[in-house]
Amino acid sequence: MRNKLQVKKGSFLRPFKAIRYLFEKPGTLRYPFEQKEPSPRYRGFHLNDWDKCTGCGNCADICPNEAITMVEITEIKPKPGEKNERPKIDYGRCCFCGLCVDICPPGSLRLSRDYFHIHFDKKTFTLLAKDEKTDKEHFLSAEKYSIFQASLMHRKENNEGFVSDLKYSLFEPERVPMPQVPPEKRKLSFIEQVLGYSQQEAKKEASRCLECKLCEDACPAHLKISDYIRAIYEDKPDESLRKIFEDNPLPAICGRICMAHCEEVCSLGKRGKPVAVRWLKRYASDMIKDYKKALELKPIKPTGKKVAVIGAGPGGLSVAYFLKLKGYEVTVFDSLPGGGGMMRIGPPLYRLPIESIDKDVNYIASLGVKFKFNTTVGKDISFEEIYKNYDAVYLGIGTTVSRSTHVKNSDKAYSALPFLKENKIGKGVKVGREIIVIGGGNVAMDVAREALRLQHIQYPGEKVVTKTVSLEDWDIMPATKEEIEEAKAEGIQFNPGWGPKEIKVEDGKVKGLLCMKVKSVFDEQGRFRPTFYEEKEMFLEGDMVIEAIGQVPDFSFIPKELFDKLEFTPRKKVKIDENGKTSLPKVFAGGDIVNLNLDAVTAIADAKRAAEGIDLYLKGDK
Amino acid sequence: MKTERELELYFGPQHIGMVGNFSITLKVEGDRIIEASANPGYLHRGFEKLMEYRTWIQNFPMVCRINVIEPDSMEMVYAMAVEKLAKIEVPERANYIRTIVLELARLTSHLFGCWAYANMLGFDTVAQWAMYHRDLLLDLFEELTGARVYHIYIWPGGVRRDIPKGFKDRVLNTLHTIGSCIPDYDNTFFNNRLFYKRAKNIGKISKDEAKKLGATGQILRAAGIKYDIRKVEPYAVYDKVNFEIPTREDGDAYSRVWVIRDEMIQSVHIIMQCFEKMPQGEVYNRVPNPFKWKIPKGETYVRVESSRGELGLYLVSNGEDKPYRVHFRTPSYPHGLIILEKLLKNASIADVGNIMISLYVVAPEIDR
Repeated sequence: MRNKLQVKKGSFLRPFKAIRYLFEKPGTLRYPFEQKEPSPRYRGFHLNDWDKCTGCGNCADICPNEAITMVEITEIKPKPGEKNERPKIDYGRCCFCGLCVDICPPGSLRLSRDYFHIHFDKKTFTLLAKDEKTDKEHFLSAEKYSIFQASLMHRKENNEGFVSDLKYSLFEPERVPMPQVPPEKRKLSFIEQVLGYSQQEAKKEASRCLECKLCEDACPAHLKISDYIRAIYEDKPDESLRKIFEDNPLPAICGRICMAHCEEVCSLGKRGKPVAVRWLKRYASDMIKDYKKALELKPIKPTGKKVAVIGAGPGGLSVAYFLKLKGYEVTVFDSLPGGGGMMRIGPPLYRLPIESIDKDVNYIASLGVKFKFNTTVGKDISFEEIYKNYDAVYLGIGTTVSRSTHVKNSDKAYSALPFLKENKIGKGVKVGREIIVIGGGNVAMDVAREALRLQHIQYPGEKVVTKTVSLEDWDIMPATKEEIEEAKAEGIQFNPGWGPKEIKVEDGKVKGLLCMKVKSVFDEQGRFRPTFYEEKEMFLEGDMVIEAIGQVPDFSFIPKELFDKLEFTPRKKVKIDENGKTSLPKVFAGGDIVNLNLDAVTAIADAKRAAEGIDLYLKGDK
Repeated sequence: MKTERELELYFGPQHIGMVGNFSITLKVEGDRIIEASANPGYLHRGFEKLMEYRTWIQNFPMVCRINVIEPDSMEMVYAMAVEKLAKIEVPERANYIRTIVLELARLTSHLFGCWAYANMLGFDTVAQWAMYHRDLLLDLFEELTGARVYHIYIWPGGVRRDIPKGFKDRVLNTLHTIGSCIPDYDNTFFNNRLFYKRAKNIGKISKDEAKKLGATGQILRAAGIKYDIRKVEPYAVYDKVNFEIPTREDGDAYSRVWVIRDEMIQSVHIIMQCFEKMPQGEVYNRVPNPFKWKIPKGETYVRVESSRGELGLYLVSNGEDKPYRVHFRTPSYPHGLIILEKLLKNASIADVGNIMISLYVVAPEIDR
């Protein structure tokens, strides 16, 4: 059988037809006079925008050839949560695959269309990736650039080739959405707004973490975030909890209300959404019903020394936990009926239910820490007595007195803390139909959102309004974006850029708030010193005013002769040394009376430092 | 029995007639070859072992390097295996782009083959044309992927970037430029009497022998067996486009080169159909975070029709972030070691390069 394609024997003469090609233009380029223009997507030498680069080192981690090393650049003063390391590329190893570009979270690392590198010195083949912004000397404009210049280590500017594209990135820029109660429903009651991740969602969210550990530097307590997230990804919540407890004994609390400094610096957040570190911590604590079983605690050898902790807030609880693990006998005094301190009274129930606080507190109590609740130091027990009977004292008293605006009739206004406390652990406050909240911080948001819920509960179906007035405009409002968005979604009205002038009162009843336009909030030195346009006024109607403009500590329980010895910093914080020790002998301090962050995780960090300090102090005391 | 006239002759790795890092040790008597033994190993880079030490994504820039001439089918076979084990879907559009890339790669590879063969036989003009036309295709690859040779473009979940604006027109223009030279190629090379004389009845292999020795690709098709993975076990969108499998009956070098020529024309048809049918949409389903990506335990064998025959990959995952075992079944392995040795028996020394290149042996595929 023959194929239908007959085999032809071919011709001798027809090949000569090709002779005409002698008279055609050649297809080759006359290099170096003619050069090949690389395509727009060309994968050439690296460019790196040093301003955008966070020094996370993901490029070095993914490089299959280990061509990238992160080099510390001492001239760079890193922004908080960034490193001053920049990638250095060995072109003897680089294969120009561009994986580094596709994994770069801020998108600073790109490949250029440059492909010339001519040099007699082999050392020049390892170089720091820069771009025309940081290296003006070597990047030339297209007119000045030539192959001769290339041999002198010059590159062409504006010559970007293969660049990062979020659509094709190797990391997932979008967060797994957290299931939440919708605004219309949640504003009617105090049910917890955030429902928590399911196992699958948590695993998926945990899988996004690139483990660059920028977050661990940013966290005041330096939690081993990437480790505990990896444990969640590997479906080991108990392992995850063990990692958390190394630095933070309050996962159920922090997993709900932490300020999440880690998420602010997460490299994924540069162009996408940061990893939900806080929700993952919450997931780890929610998954474990019994901490004690999961944590596999080693037996503790008692030292016989006694430490008193004043205040059962996050700082006090943490210092008690860390000291108990070191074998000290710890007693915690608090005037509230339960543990948690400000956590117990501050964050509304829809953010932090009492059960979650008690879960953490009960675990610490189960280790043998003694709690003396309903005991106000200075009233039920004197400070001197504690000071005399214990080997060391930790002050974790926080800021417990609400500040007032001191405008006319401000005595008719409610204060934030009593309002929150009464609603969370008391009987509840009878609210008005039209509430004005003064303040733009997170406490003001809590107050406003709580007030709104109370309005809906107390006046079902009626028209009710809650509005806020803050000195700060949108761009500098101290509350977190998340809080502001959620408050807006629930229907809170905002009046940013206005300051209170007078609370109008008629027949002993509040009628509204007279406001004046803010000129500036901070002075040249960046200190809080608001100025106003006195003549530009606005009147807000309302039958209830709540002030939420910050708190101050109350040191009245410390006797005068001791208090006089207590030193303060220029910013009116208690002065401590690197071990958390105050100027008073055997007194340590931490939390809001010491730091400027005024949040739980910083209090925990202070507590950890103080626990080490107390341990050192008492061991040296021997 | 060794006679006195018997002589050992080393053909390669440094030899004018040798293409690639490969060597053949010949036992000759006069001009006749009594025995030939292929001697690979000059290019051994241990890829299969290296891949066990790199994560699933880090293997991508490496896998294409196994075959310099046609990296895309290597990328494709690895992507297919990973997708099968990790159960990743590929968007429809990505499959069309993959097919276009694979066919462009086949053209590049075949043109390179034409260059090698024409060059070997002394048809320098044709060789230069083929090289030039291959370069035009590399320009297209550069535009699409950012690199000329190692594209690192097809990867799990789809392809790395969508096709740029106006790419279709440029592909069709280039294909037109090359296509318009087919008569010249025919006149100068394929239908050249000198080529016929030089290649006819050289390196002849029968149907049965080809089957028995594990031949695939052109060798099998030139011997009259219509076998092509693209038809037998369609991947990408080969089941959605029409194309022929060119075959010949004689099984000699001449037939093999004609099969290559006809295949190139089929490739052009496939590319045109793909551009016509290609839907809009996504081209990439994101794979998990490369630092945490673990693929469930399992093993798989996938195969594609590369430009030289069946390219297979046996991939085992132990549930870790790196492969447990990687093994490639490359077409050049049986062609370059078993069939070559067989065909060289009783051939003349002048035909060694002729036969070797007509078998389309690419040494890097043998030494992985």
